Amino acid sequence: MAKSGIVAALTGASLVQKGAIAAGALFCVTVLWGAVQPREEVPYDPVKAHHEHPEQIVWSHNGIGNIGITGTFDRGQLQRGFKVYKEVCAACHSISRVAFRDLLALGFSEGQAKAIAAEYTVPSIDESGEPTTRPATLADKFPPVYANEVAARAAQNGAYPPDLSLITKARHDGTNYVRSLLLGYRDEVPTDFQKADTLWYNPWFASLAIAMPPPLASDEQVEYTDGTAPTINNYATDVSAFLAWTAEPKLDNRKETGVAAIAFLLILTILGYLSYKKVWRDVKKPKSA
Amino acid sequence: MSFPWAKQYQPTTEIGKFMDSRLPLPRFVYGALGAGYPTPKNLNYFYNFGVLAGVALVIQIITGVVLGMHYAADTSVAFDSVEHIMRDVNGGWMLRYMHAVGASFFFAVVYIHIFRGLYYGSYKPPREVLWMLGLVIFLLMMATAFMGYVLVWGQMSFWGAAVITGLFSALPLVGEAIQTWLLGGFSPDNATLNRFFSLHYLLPFVIFGVIILHVWSLHIPGSNNPTGLDVKSEQDTVPFHPYYTSKDFFGLGVYLIIFSAFVFFMPNSLGEPDNYIPANPLSTPAHIVPEWYFWPFYAILRAFTTDFLFIPAKLWGVIAMFASILLLFFLPWLDTSPVRSNKYRPLNRILFWVFVAVCVGLGVAGGKPAEEPWVIISQLLTAYYFAHFLIILPLVSRLEKPLPLPNSISEAVLSKFGGSTLGDGSRPGGAVAQPAE
Repeated sequence: MAKSGIVAALTGASLVQKGAIAAGALFCVTVLWGAVQPREEVPYDPVKAHHEHPEQIVWSHNGIGNIGITGTFDRGQLQRGFKVYKEVCAACHSISRVAFRDLLALGFSEGQAKAIAAEYTVPSIDESGEPTTRPATLADKFPPVYANEVAARAAQNGAYPPDLSLITKARHDGTNYVRSLLLGYRDEVPTDFQKADTLWYNPWFASLAIAMPPPLASDEQVEYTDGTAPTINNYATDVSAFLAWTAEPKLDNRKETGVAAIAFLLILTILGYLSYKKVWRDVKKPKSA
Repeated sequence: MSFPWAKQYQPTTEIGKFMDSRLPLPRFVYGALGAGYPTPKNLNYFYNFGVLAGVALVIQIITGVVLGMHYAADTSVAFDSVEHIMRDVNGGWMLRYMHAVGASFFFAVVYIHIFRGLYYGSYKPPREVLWMLGLVIFLLMMATAFMGYVLVWGQMSFWGAAVITGLFSALPLVGEAIQTWLLGGFSPDNATLNRFFSLHYLLPFVIFGVIILHVWSLHIPGSNNPTGLDVKSEQDTVPFHPYYTSKDFFGLGVYLIIFSAFVFFMPNSLGEPDNYIPANPLSTPAHIVPEWYFWPFYAILRAFTTDFLFIPAKLWGVIAMFASILLLFFLPWLDTSPVRSNKYRPLNRILFWVFVAVCVGLGVAGGKPAEEPWVIISQLLTAYYFAHFLIILPLVSRLEKPLPLPNSISEAVLSKFGGSTLGDGSRPGGAVAQPAE
């Protein structure tokens, strides 16, 4: 076919085709004109160079292969994580999407959950209609730590401690991320990275400089009563698991439902396949010629 | 419509006879999806995806209607209401994950459906209108999915809305006014959320209407098939029911198993973590990316980096992105090869797979930040995308020498089983490309 074939194809092309070829050539030339422009040298970015990806560890709720398809929460770990949250994180961070009744899912009895709720006060209205406060009940959600963002920033040197209810779903590889961040404070700052003196160097934080001081300072900072070693490492792991639960409280229920749904669908599909084969038997096997 | 040997509906019950002379709905269904619709007997599993797309839409509508009972379209509570669904509504997490994963699956199914149409030449005469109605559905789906994503009112919702409506601001003179009109303000806000909710609820039913036209248009010539040959006789077809109802039922089961695997075991794997952060107009995410099903078009949008012919780069990107879909409307007149199926088009078959690879490559590049090497990759692949449809296809359709076609669908099917003396390609009068009618 060679050259004359293409020329013949071009001249024989319909009006639509000729217009298309012209338009196509215009788009190609334009985009390729951009492609051949010299690229600007990308300046060295210390933030990118020093940023670390979360350290991978095995989680009970990630199940077989640690890929999250199977696995349920470890309630003992969630209770320890809740204790770490309550005694350390809760000083600045809220979990205001979690209700006290949700604590029953951690294995707390109703009495225990009620006692925890009663430690918090929530806004209310008294008999004369005046604003007042009352102890929280199971129906309440964890109250916010600060009245609003301005109050938080005023108290925290300009920084805003985010609500942690969804934090592990709001970050890539969130559960590992939170754990790595909590354990990731470094005293030695790379020489090519500048940060304000009020910030802390943490290579797992997006900007490397985080306003939160290292929250887990020493072993035995939080008392563990179930025999687990009270180490910083365990605190970080347990509280990360707890925050995985606050972000996805229906995880166990979801996977359980999934097993039932897929088991049902498998049987249905196998029956469907058999009836399909039966219906088609005569068509697929042509009568011998 | 349909073929002369199509079975006629015979009401057997009293109520059947009563209805048939008053509202012949059973007769209609019988002819559309029942034994009264003769269908080529050689359809492979890729032909399941039309029905699957319909099911995917129904799943979206059902879950969406229930989600709408619990969702509040107000910027102050929209994000909270989604979390309320996830935590407090009975089975709410399942509805919401089915809806979110369902959107991804709807697109995946439709993409396979479109590529199947491309491979077997289903856009060629006499199915041009069928093809164009499909493209209308695809465009409506894109609008619906985009607006649904905004309803979550997370960070990516907000900034996605800002970026996508910002595309219109690239138009000269009227652009800014159009963006303001679309948003109902100068940036995404409550007015935007309310109108997007309203339209997101409306458009699926518009899609449903266009699907009815799509299926109507399908039933005039009947389904295409992997050989691309026209149906010639009753031997070429089987009644839709029970043959394809049983096959579609099996295909649906497989689809629902894969769908359930995502819904129940990795529901967030197809989404962006940033959308679990409530919308914040004061904080721009580091990388604003749409959901995966928009990545190829996002890559084309960002591939144009230089002003050219007095048109700014941004406007080129917007024109190219819209053109990349709109050009598909012209496909039946760009590819003039008389042979439909790529089974018998040796050169175009290779080009088809190159094109598939280019689309996947554009998808990967579109999901990455606008940095090298992804910019140059997007640019080269974008050039090929346009060259494929607008230059290569018109020329190849004239240059290519197709393989000899079998005489009929039945003959092609028989030759597959090796039992036929006719299907060896040496039959008299073979080797002539049969024009598509």
